[in-house]
Amino acid sequence: MGLDFSVVPAFAGVLLTGALWTIAITLSAAVLSFFGGIVFAVIALYAPLVIRYPFRLFAWLFMGTPLLLQLFLIYFGLIQIGIDLPAFVAGVIGLGLHFAVYNSDIIQSGILAVDKGQYEGARTLGLSRIQTLRKVVVPQAVRSVVPPIGNNMIALLKDSALVSVIGVAELTLSSQMAISRTFRPFEFYVAAAACYYVINLGLEAGLRRIERRIQLAR
Amino acid sequence: MLRVFPFFLQAAWVTIQLSVLSCAMGLVCGALGAAARLSRSPALRFTGATYVSVIRGTPALIQVFILYFGGPQIGIQLEAFEAGVLALGFNIGAYMTETMRGAIISVDRGQNEAARTLGLSRFETFRSVILPQALRLMIRPLGVNINALIKGTALVAAISVVELTYTAQRYIGSTYKPFEMFFLAGSIYMVIIYVTGLGVSWLDRRVALK
Repeated sequence: MGLDFSVVPAFAGVLLTGALWTIAITLSAAVLSFFGGIVFAVIALYAPLVIRYPFRLFAWLFMGTPLLLQLFLIYFGLIQIGIDLPAFVAGVIGLGLHFAVYNSDIIQSGILAVDKGQYEGARTLGLSRIQTLRKVVVPQAVRSVVPPIGNNMIALLKDSALVSVIGVAELTLSSQMAISRTFRPFEFYVAAAACYYVINLGLEAGLRRIERRIQLAR
Repeated sequence: MLRVFPFFLQAAWVTIQLSVLSCAMGLVCGALGAAARLSRSPALRFTGATYVSVIRGTPALIQVFILYFGGPQIGIQLEAFEAGVLALGFNIGAYMTETMRGAIISVDRGQNEAARTLGLSRFETFRSVILPQALRLMIRPLGVNINALIKGTALVAAISVVELTYTAQRYIGSTYKPFEMFFLAGSIYMVIIYVTGLGVSWLDRRVALK
Protein backbone atom coordinates (compact mmCIF):
# COMPACT_ATOMS: atom_id res chain seq x y z
CA MET A 1 0.00 0.00 0.00
CA GLY A 2 1.66 3.18 -1.19
CA LEU A 3 1.10 6.66 0.07
CA ASP A 4 -1.78 8.71 -1.23
CA PHE A 5 -2.25 12.12 0.32
CA SER A 6 -5.21 12.89 -1.96
CA VAL A 7 -7.49 11.28 0.66
CA VAL A 8 -6.69 14.02 3.16
CA PRO A 9 -8.62 17.01 1.71
CA ALA A 10 -11.94 15.14 2.02
CA PHE A 11 -11.43 15.16 5.78
CA ALA A 12 -10.16 18.74 6.01
CA GLY A 13 -13.31 19.74 7.92
CA VAL A 14 -12.81 17.00 10.53
CA LEU A 15 -9.17 17.96 11.01
CA LEU A 16 -10.00 21.65 11.20
CA THR A 17 -12.63 21.07 13.89
CA GLY A 18 -10.08 18.97 15.77
CA ALA A 19 -7.50 21.73 15.42
CA LEU A 20 -9.94 24.26 16.87
CA TRP A 21 -10.52 21.97 19.87
CA THR A 22 -6.77 21.61 20.28
CA ILE A 23 -6.44 25.39 20.34
CA ALA A 24 -9.37 25.69 22.79
CA ILE A 25 -7.97 23.10 25.17
CA THR A 26 -4.46 24.56 24.96
CA LEU A 27 -5.63 28.10 25.69
CA SER A 28 -7.93 27.05 28.57
CA ALA A 29 -5.22 24.91 30.14
CA ALA A 30 -2.63 27.67 29.56
CA VAL A 31 -4.76 30.22 31.45
CA LEU A 32 -5.40 27.71 34.26
CA SER A 33 -1.72 26.79 34.48
CA PHE A 34 -0.62 30.44 34.52
CA PHE A 35 -2.87 31.60 37.36
CA GLY A 36 -2.59 28.21 39.08
CA GLY A 37 1.18 28.59 38.87
CA ILE A 38 1.05 31.96 40.61
CA VAL A 39 -1.21 30.61 43.38
CA PHE A 40 0.97 27.51 43.80
CA ALA A 41 4.13 29.64 43.93
CA VAL A 42 2.69 31.84 46.67
CA ILE A 43 1.52 28.76 48.62
CA ALA A 44 4.90 27.06 48.27
CA LEU A 45 6.72 30.15 49.54
CA TYR A 46 4.41 31.87 52.02
CA ALA A 47 1.70 29.50 53.27
CA PRO A 48 1.82 28.19 56.87
CA LEU A 49 3.97 25.09 57.38
CA VAL A 50 1.02 22.68 57.61
CA ILE A 51 -0.06 23.70 54.10
CA ARG A 52 3.37 24.35 52.63
CA TYR A 53 4.90 20.94 53.22
CA PRO A 54 2.00 18.76 52.02
CA PHE A 55 1.81 21.09 49.04
CA ARG A 56 5.47 20.65 48.21
CA LEU A 57 4.98 16.89 48.39
CA PHE A 58 2.07 17.18 45.95
CA ALA A 59 4.16 19.34 43.61
CA TRP A 60 7.07 16.91 43.79
CA LEU A 61 4.75 14.01 42.95
CA PHE A 62 3.28 15.90 40.00
CA MET A 63 6.68 16.76 38.59
CA GLY A 64 8.04 13.25 38.97
CA THR A 65 5.27 11.31 37.24
CA PRO A 66 4.12 11.22 33.61
CA LEU A 67 1.30 13.49 32.48
CA LEU A 68 -0.48 10.55 30.87
CA LEU A 69 -0.66 8.76 34.23
CA GLN A 70 -2.09 11.91 35.83
CA LEU A 71 -4.72 12.21 33.11
CA PHE A 72 -5.77 8.60 33.72
CA LEU A 73 -5.97 9.31 37.45
CA ILE A 74 -8.07 12.44 37.02
CA TYR A 75 -10.41 11.04 34.38
CA PHE A 76 -10.92 7.44 35.52
CA GLY A 77 -10.19 8.09 39.19
CA LEU A 78 -12.77 10.84 39.64
CA ILE A 79 -15.43 8.78 37.89
CA GLN A 80 -14.91 6.04 40.43
CA ILE A 81 -15.39 8.35 43.39
CA GLY A 82 -18.58 9.63 41.79
CA ILE A 83 -17.37 12.79 40.04
CA ASP A 84 -18.14 12.36 36.35
CA LEU A 85 -16.38 15.19 34.54
CA PRO A 86 -16.74 15.65 30.79
CA ALA A 87 -13.52 14.52 29.08
CA PHE A 88 -12.77 18.08 27.93
CA VAL A 89 -12.95 19.44 31.49
CA ALA A 90 -10.88 16.55 32.85
CA GLY A 91 -8.31 17.20 30.13
CA VAL A 92 -8.11 20.93 30.87
CA ILE A 93 -7.77 20.27 34.61
CA GLY A 94 -5.13 17.59 34.07
CA LEU A 95 -3.03 19.64 31.63
CA GLY A 96 -3.62 22.83 33.62
CA LEU A 97 -2.56 21.35 36.97
CA HIS A 98 0.45 19.58 35.48
CA PHE A 99 1.81 22.75 33.92
CA ALA A 100 0.75 24.90 36.90
CA VAL A 101 3.22 22.91 38.97
CA TYR A 102 5.99 23.51 36.42
CA ASN A 103 5.07 27.22 36.15
CA SER A 104 5.00 27.50 39.93
CA ASP A 105 8.60 26.32 40.05
CA ILE A 106 9.63 29.07 37.63
CA ILE A 107 7.50 31.78 39.29
CA GLN A 108 8.96 30.91 42.69
CA SER A 109 12.43 31.67 41.45
CA GLY A 110 11.05 34.87 39.91
CA ILE A 111 9.54 35.93 43.24
CA LEU A 112 12.76 35.20 45.08
CA ALA A 113 14.64 37.28 42.52
CA VAL A 114 12.52 40.39 43.19
CA ASP A 115 14.57 42.80 45.29
CA LYS A 116 13.81 42.42 49.00
CA GLY A 117 13.60 46.19 49.31
CA GLN A 118 10.45 46.17 47.18
CA TYR A 119 8.70 43.98 49.75
CA GLU A 120 9.97 45.97 52.70
CA GLY A 121 9.11 49.28 51.03
CA ALA A 122 5.55 48.20 50.29
CA ARG A 123 5.03 46.94 53.84
CA THR A 124 6.42 50.21 55.23
CA LEU A 125 3.94 52.13 53.09
CA GLY A 126 1.17 50.31 54.91
CA LEU A 127 0.23 47.54 52.43
CA SER A 128 -0.78 44.22 53.96
CA ARG A 129 1.19 41.05 53.19
CA ILE A 130 -1.38 39.92 50.63
CA GLN A 131 -1.54 43.35 48.99
CA THR A 132 2.23 43.50 48.82
CA LEU A 133 2.39 40.13 47.09
CA ARG A 134 -0.48 40.85 44.75
CA LYS A 135 0.35 44.42 43.70
CA VAL A 136 4.12 44.67 44.09
CA VAL A 137 6.01 41.38 44.17
CA VAL A 138 4.06 39.04 41.88
CA PRO A 139 3.67 41.48 38.93
CA GLN A 140 7.42 42.07 38.87
CA ALA A 141 8.20 38.38 39.31
CA VAL A 142 5.88 37.30 36.49
CA ARG A 143 7.41 39.76 34.03
CA SER A 144 10.86 38.38 34.57
CA VAL A 145 9.78 34.79 33.96
CA VAL A 146 7.66 35.18 30.82
CA PRO A 147 10.17 33.48 28.45
CA PRO A 148 10.47 30.19 30.41
CA ILE A 149 6.71 30.13 30.98
CA GLY A 150 6.29 30.58 27.22
CA ASN A 151 8.41 27.45 26.73
CA ASN A 152 6.03 25.60 29.03
CA MET A 153 3.09 26.78 26.94
CA ILE A 154 4.69 25.35 23.81
CA ALA A 155 5.20 22.05 25.65
CA LEU A 156 1.56 22.25 26.75
CA LEU A 157 0.36 22.56 23.15
CA LYS A 158 2.22 19.39 22.18
CA ASP A 159 1.15 17.51 25.30
CA SER A 160 -2.48 18.39 24.58
CA ALA A 161 -2.31 15.46 22.11
CA LEU A 162 -2.37 13.19 25.16
CA VAL A 163 -5.96 14.07 26.02
CA SER A 164 -7.00 12.11 22.92
CA VAL A 165 -6.54 8.95 25.02
CA ILE A 166 -9.28 10.03 27.42
CA GLY A 167 -11.59 10.72 24.49
CA VAL A 168 -11.40 14.45 23.81
CA ALA A 169 -12.06 14.89 20.08
CA GLU A 170 -9.11 17.20 19.43
CA LEU A 171 -6.71 17.06 16.51
CA THR A 172 -5.15 13.67 17.33
CA LEU A 173 -8.45 11.91 17.93
CA SER A 174 -9.98 13.59 14.86
CA SER A 175 -7.19 12.22 12.70
CA GLN A 176 -7.80 8.79 14.24
CA MET A 177 -11.46 9.05 13.26
CA ALA A 178 -10.44 9.80 9.68
CA ILE A 179 -8.00 6.85 9.79
CA SER A 180 -10.66 4.44 10.98
CA ARG A 181 -12.64 5.27 7.84
CA THR A 182 -9.83 5.34 5.30
CA PHE A 183 -7.21 2.98 6.83
CA ARG A 184 -4.49 5.48 5.95
CA PRO A 185 -2.68 6.21 9.23
CA PHE A 186 0.51 7.62 7.69
CA GLU A 187 -1.21 10.31 5.65
CA PHE A 188 -3.49 11.51 8.43
CA TYR A 189 -0.94 11.47 11.23
CA VAL A 190 1.44 13.44 9.02
CA ALA A 191 -1.41 15.85 8.26
CA ALA A 192 -2.12 16.18 11.99
CA ALA A 193 1.58 16.76 12.67
CA ALA A 194 1.57 19.52 10.03
CA CYS A 195 -1.44 21.16 11.75
CA TYR A 196 0.35 21.03 15.11
CA TYR A 197 3.42 22.54 13.51
CA VAL A 198 1.41 25.45 12.12
CA ILE A 199 -0.40 26.05 15.45
CA ASN A 200 3.00 25.91 17.13
CA LEU A 201 4.36 28.61 14.79
CA GLY A 202 1.34 30.78 15.61
CA LEU A 203 1.82 30.25 19.35
CA GLU A 204 5.52 31.10 19.11
CA ALA A 205 4.73 34.31 17.22
CA GLY A 206 2.11 35.24 19.85
CA LEU A 207 4.56 34.60 22.68
CA ARG A 208 7.22 36.73 21.00
CA ARG A 209 4.74 39.61 20.81
CA ILE A 210 3.88 39.29 24.48
CA GLU A 211 7.57 39.23 25.37
CA ARG A 212 8.23 42.35 23.32
CA ARG A 213 5.34 44.20 24.95
CA ILE A 214 6.62 43.32 28.37
CA GLN A 215 10.11 44.47 27.43
CA LEU A 216 8.63 47.79 26.32
CA ALA A 217 6.55 48.17 29.48
CA ARG A 218 9.63 47.88 31.65
CA MET B 1 -2.32 -4.00 46.27
CA LEU B 2 0.21 -6.71 47.17
CA ARG B 3 -1.35 -8.98 44.59
CA VAL B 4 -0.71 -6.55 41.71
CA PHE B 5 2.77 -5.51 42.87
CA PRO B 6 4.68 -8.18 40.87
CA PHE B 7 2.94 -7.02 37.69
CA PHE B 8 4.00 -3.44 38.40
CA LEU B 9 7.58 -4.56 38.92
CA GLN B 10 7.55 -6.39 35.59
CA ALA B 11 6.12 -3.28 33.96
CA ALA B 12 8.78 -1.13 35.64
CA TRP B 13 11.45 -3.32 34.02
CA VAL B 14 9.89 -2.58 30.62
CA THR B 15 9.88 1.16 31.43
CA ILE B 16 13.57 0.93 32.38
CA GLN B 17 14.43 -0.90 29.16
CA LEU B 18 12.51 1.67 27.12
CA SER B 19 14.30 4.50 28.92
CA VAL B 20 17.81 3.08 28.57
CA LEU B 21 17.48 2.09 24.91
CA SER B 22 15.82 5.30 23.78
CA CYS B 23 18.28 7.34 25.83
CA ALA B 24 21.18 5.63 24.03
CA MET B 25 19.54 6.30 20.70
CA GLY B 26 18.79 9.89 21.72
CA LEU B 27 22.43 10.51 22.61
CA VAL B 28 23.54 9.23 19.18
CA CYS B 29 20.89 11.35 17.38
CA GLY B 30 21.80 14.32 19.56
CA ALA B 31 25.51 14.03 18.79
CA LEU B 32 24.85 13.67 15.05
CA GLY B 33 22.32 16.49 15.14
CA ALA B 34 24.67 18.83 17.01
CA ALA B 35 27.52 17.96 14.60
CA ALA B 36 25.24 18.70 11.65
CA ARG B 37 24.03 21.99 13.11
CA LEU B 38 27.60 23.14 13.76
CA SER B 39 29.10 21.87 10.52
CA ARG B 40 30.48 24.07 7.75
CA SER B 41 28.20 22.56 5.11
CA PRO B 42 24.97 24.55 4.63
CA ALA B 43 23.13 21.38 3.56
CA LEU B 44 24.02 19.62 6.82
CA ARG B 45 23.16 22.70 8.87
CA PHE B 46 19.78 22.88 7.14
CA THR B 47 19.13 19.16 7.74
CA GLY B 48 20.00 19.50 11.42
CA ALA B 49 17.84 22.59 11.87
CA THR B 50 14.89 20.93 10.12
CA TYR B 51 15.22 17.82 12.28
CA VAL B 52 15.13 19.90 15.47
CA SER B 53 12.32 22.18 14.31
CA VAL B 54 10.01 19.44 13.00
CA ILE B 55 10.49 17.09 15.95
CA ARG B 56 10.21 19.81 18.59
CA GLY B 57 7.28 21.41 16.78
CA THR B 58 5.01 18.35 16.76
CA PRO B 59 3.70 16.11 19.57
CA ALA B 60 5.76 13.06 20.51
CA LEU B 61 2.56 11.00 20.58
CA ILE B 62 1.94 11.74 16.89
CA GLN B 63 5.53 10.76 16.08
CA VAL B 64 5.02 7.44 17.85
CA PHE B 65 1.77 6.90 15.90
CA ILE B 66 3.35 7.79 12.54
CA LEU B 67 6.10 5.23 13.06
CA TYR B 68 3.95 2.46 14.54
CA PHE B 69 0.70 2.77 12.56
CA GLY B 70 2.03 4.55 9.47
CA GLY B 71 5.29 2.61 9.22
CA PRO B 72 3.80 -0.49 7.52
CA GLN B 73 2.57 1.72 4.65
CA ILE B 74 6.13 2.68 3.80
CA GLY B 75 7.51 -0.81 4.46
CA ILE B 76 8.59 -0.43 8.09
CA GLN B 77 6.94 -3.15 10.14
CA LEU B 78 7.87 -2.92 13.82
CA GLU B 79 6.79 -4.42 17.13
CA ALA B 80 5.19 -1.86 19.47
CA PHE B 81 8.23 -1.92 21.78
CA GLU B 82 10.69 -1.36 18.92
CA ALA B 83 8.59 1.43 17.44
CA GLY B 84 8.39 3.01 20.90
CA VAL B 85 12.16 2.95 21.40
CA LEU B 86 12.88 4.34 17.93
CA ALA B 87 10.27 7.11 18.11
CA LEU B 88 11.15 8.15 21.67
CA GLY B 89 14.89 8.08 20.91
CA PHE B 90 14.51 10.08 17.71
CA ASN B 91 12.29 12.55 19.59
CA ILE B 92 14.56 13.14 22.58
CA GLY B 93 17.52 13.30 20.18
CA ALA B 94 16.18 16.61 18.85
CA TYR B 95 16.13 18.08 22.36
CA MET B 96 19.58 16.62 23.07
CA THR B 97 20.86 18.17 19.81
CA GLU B 98 20.04 21.59 21.20
CA THR B 99 21.51 20.76 24.62
CA MET B 100 24.78 19.56 23.09
CA ARG B 101 24.98 22.41 20.62
CA GLY B 102 24.33 24.88 23.45
CA ALA B 103 27.13 23.38 25.55
CA ILE B 104 29.59 23.40 22.64
CA ILE B 105 28.96 27.00 21.64
CA SER B 106 29.14 28.20 25.22
CA VAL B 107 32.78 27.14 25.48
CA ASP B 108 34.73 30.40 25.34
CA ARG B 109 35.70 31.44 21.80
CA GLY B 110 39.21 32.28 22.94
CA GLN B 111 39.82 28.57 23.61
CA ASN B 112 39.22 27.81 19.95
CA GLU B 113 41.33 30.71 18.72
CA ALA B 114 44.20 29.92 21.07
CA ALA B 115 44.23 26.23 20.12
CA ARG B 116 44.19 27.04 16.39
CA THR B 117 46.99 29.58 16.90
CA LEU B 118 49.05 26.91 18.64
CA GLY B 119 48.84 24.88 15.44
CA LEU B 120 46.12 22.35 16.25
CA SER B 121 43.86 21.41 13.32
CA ARG B 122 40.15 22.15 13.44
CA PHE B 123 39.42 18.54 14.37
CA GLU B 124 42.17 18.33 17.00
CA THR B 125 40.97 21.57 18.54
CA PHE B 126 37.47 20.22 18.78
CA ARG B 127 38.50 16.83 20.15
CA SER B 128 41.08 17.82 22.73
CA VAL B 129 40.12 21.38 23.66
CA ILE B 130 36.45 22.14 23.03
CA LEU B 131 34.79 18.77 23.60
CA PRO B 132 36.24 18.01 27.06
CA GLN B 133 34.99 21.38 28.30
CA ALA B 134 31.62 21.07 26.56
CA LEU B 135 31.04 17.59 28.03
CA ARG B 136 31.23 19.05 31.54
CA LEU B 137 28.70 21.71 30.62
CA MET B 138 26.24 19.31 29.03
CA ILE B 139 25.89 16.64 31.72
CA ARG B 140 23.32 18.44 33.89
CA PRO B 141 21.10 19.70 31.04
CA LEU B 142 21.24 16.24 29.46
CA GLY B 143 20.06 14.95 32.84
CA VAL B 144 17.01 17.20 32.47
CA ASN B 145 16.37 15.73 29.00
CA ILE B 146 16.68 12.20 30.38
CA ASN B 147 14.26 13.02 33.20
CA ALA B 148 11.71 14.18 30.60
CA LEU B 149 12.41 11.06 28.53
CA ILE B 150 11.66 8.71 31.45
CA LYS B 151 8.29 10.38 31.97
CA GLY B 152 7.80 10.44 28.19
CA THR B 153 8.05 6.65 27.98
CA ALA B 154 4.47 6.63 29.32
CA LEU B 155 3.37 7.64 25.81
CA VAL B 156 3.92 4.17 24.43
CA ALA B 157 1.07 2.98 26.63
CA ALA B 158 -1.03 4.38 23.78
CA ILE B 159 0.40 1.74 21.41
CA SER B 160 -0.20 -0.97 24.04
CA VAL B 161 3.34 -1.53 25.26
CA VAL B 162 2.83 -3.09 28.69
CA GLU B 163 4.88 -0.59 30.68
CA LEU B 164 4.05 1.15 33.97
CA THR B 165 1.36 3.56 32.80
CA TYR B 166 -0.39 0.92 30.71
CA THR B 167 -0.31 -1.46 33.68
CA ALA B 168 -1.63 1.21 36.05
CA GLN B 169 -4.45 2.02 33.65
CA ARG B 170 -5.34 -1.65 33.30
CA TYR B 171 -5.51 -2.19 37.05
CA ILE B 172 -7.42 1.05 37.61
CA GLY B 173 -10.02 -0.51 35.32
CA SER B 174 -10.08 -3.91 37.01
CA THR B 175 -9.59 -3.08 40.72
CA TYR B 176 -11.54 0.20 40.95
CA LYS B 177 -8.73 1.61 43.07
CA PRO B 178 -7.45 4.54 40.97
CA PHE B 179 -5.53 6.35 43.71
CA GLU B 180 -3.73 3.27 44.99
CA MET B 181 -2.70 2.29 41.46
CA PHE B 182 -1.58 5.86 40.73
CA PHE B 183 0.58 5.97 43.85
CA LEU B 184 2.07 2.58 43.12
CA ALA B 185 3.02 3.46 39.53
CA GLY B 186 3.91 7.02 40.50
CA SER B 187 6.29 5.98 43.25
CA ILE B 188 8.06 3.54 40.92
CA TYR B 189 8.57 6.38 38.42
CA MET B 190 9.90 8.56 41.24
CA VAL B 191 12.40 5.87 42.26
CA ILE B 192 13.61 5.46 38.67
CA ILE B 193 13.96 9.22 38.23
CA TYR B 194 15.62 9.65 41.62
CA VAL B 195 18.22 6.97 40.96
CA THR B 196 18.90 8.40 37.49
CA GLY B 197 19.32 11.84 39.08
CA LEU B 198 21.87 10.41 41.53
CA GLY B 199 23.75 8.89 38.59
CA VAL B 200 23.80 12.21 36.74
CA SER B 201 25.07 14.10 39.82
CA TRP B 202 27.74 11.47 40.36
CA LEU B 203 28.88 11.78 36.75
CA ASP B 204 28.81 15.56 37.01
CA ARG B 205 31.03 15.47 40.12
CA ARG B 206 33.37 12.95 38.51
CA VAL B 207 34.16 15.20 35.56
CA ALA B 208 34.11 18.50 37.50
CA LEU B 209 37.32 20.51 37.48
CA LYS B 210 39.16 20.07 40.76
